[in-house]
Amino acid sequence: MSVAVYALRLGDDCLILGQRLSAWAARAPELEEDVALLNIALDHLGAARSLLTYAGSFTGQDEDQLAFLRDEREFTNALVMELDNGDFGTTMARQLVVSAYQVPLWEALTASQDELLAGVAGKAVKEATYHLDHAVSWVIRLGDGTEESHRRMQAGLDMVWPYAFELFETDGLVAELIASGIAAEPVALQRAWDSTVTRVISEATLSVPDTDWRPTGGRSGKHTEGFGYLLAEMQHLHRSHPGASW
Amino acid sequence: MRVRATVAEIRHVLAHVTDPEIPVLTIEDLGILRDITIDGSTITVTITPTYSGCPAMAEIRADITAVLFERGWEDVVVEQVLSPAWTTEWMTDAGREKLVQYGIAPPRRTGPVDVLLGGLTCPQCRSRDTEELSRFSSTSCKSMWRCRTCREPFDHFKDH
Repeated sequence: MSVAVYALRLGDDCLILGQRLSAWAARAPELEEDVALLNIALDHLGAARSLLTYAGSFTGQDEDQLAFLRDEREFTNALVMELDNGDFGTTMARQLVVSAYQVPLWEALTASQDELLAGVAGKAVKEATYHLDHAVSWVIRLGDGTEESHRRMQAGLDMVWPYAFELFETDGLVAELIASGIAAEPVALQRAWDSTVTRVISEATLSVPDTDWRPTGGRSGKHTEGFGYLLAEMQHLHRSHPGASW
Repeated sequence: MRVRATVAEIRHVLAHVTDPEIPVLTIEDLGILRDITIDGSTITVTITPTYSGCPAMAEIRADITAVLFERGWEDVVVEQVLSPAWTTEWMTDAGREKLVQYGIAPPRRTGPVDVLLGGLTCPQCRSRDTEELSRFSSTSCKSMWRCRTCREPFDHFKDH
């Protein structure tokens, strides 16, 4: 079922970004940021659970099997979600790029013909708005801050930027689901995304990175080098103790 | 084992199930208790999560089953629905008042009046001279605030 594949992509995006963000626990620059990043990670985990459960319902797998028992090539998240956290500026650049995409994504999906996707989107869109506000305020504060914070914010943006464009790719599956009113239209998402990030980058006195490099492959399971390490950490408990629960 | 029940009875019993993070609020105050149906001996309770990842949902689900079980209703199904998405508009007036008593500024009713008035009322000293410290707090549903008059920090149940 195409919708199962689509739900899995969206779910993997949330799961992997949630896993990356949760690594900031007790490591953020201030206590409020520990709390903020972990709250955001939890929102993503919550959305991932609904989406993975739904995707698995078509194939007889539960959320845990999908999260913990798939191998690298079976994950379909976009590469930007799995990028190393880097410093706080890099994480904020990634948060800006992803949140500016997810707000219009969830907005569009609230009107999806698929009832479950519309339900998940209806909750996620409110949460994504908080995530975007959070990222925007930090990118501006760091970009338009000291010489050092400006330099590092720009470096983070330069690092993350090329990976953003995979989010707006269309393939046969997306085209089919757009036709049936289920999926969001990537061209419209990119327009909304572009307008948000351009405005923020300008207000933050940063520059739009000048590069045509467009890494891709996440949707077909071809991931970056760090992804295997992420999975090892995320999956090892479940694999070492099958069926473990709280 | 009791099999006969009325929706009113079940609703009365569930009035004692509270949010584990904010124990002054019942699930009815929060507006997350969406429906109760009885089909033969099966009681179906439908709830909706506040935030997508709210970890309290598992505990609330277990509490609902337990409190009904204690009273002899063993055939209970707790269902979770996402749509329509929960909003703080569904929080009862009683719930809002309990939050103030507990020291948490309740969610504001949406509308032009609140937009104009801006700041929140401090739940300690009732001053309106307050500021947001962080959009995120100890649970997904709250933000962190400070009162400039009495200098006390307080939580705000976010308008959502």
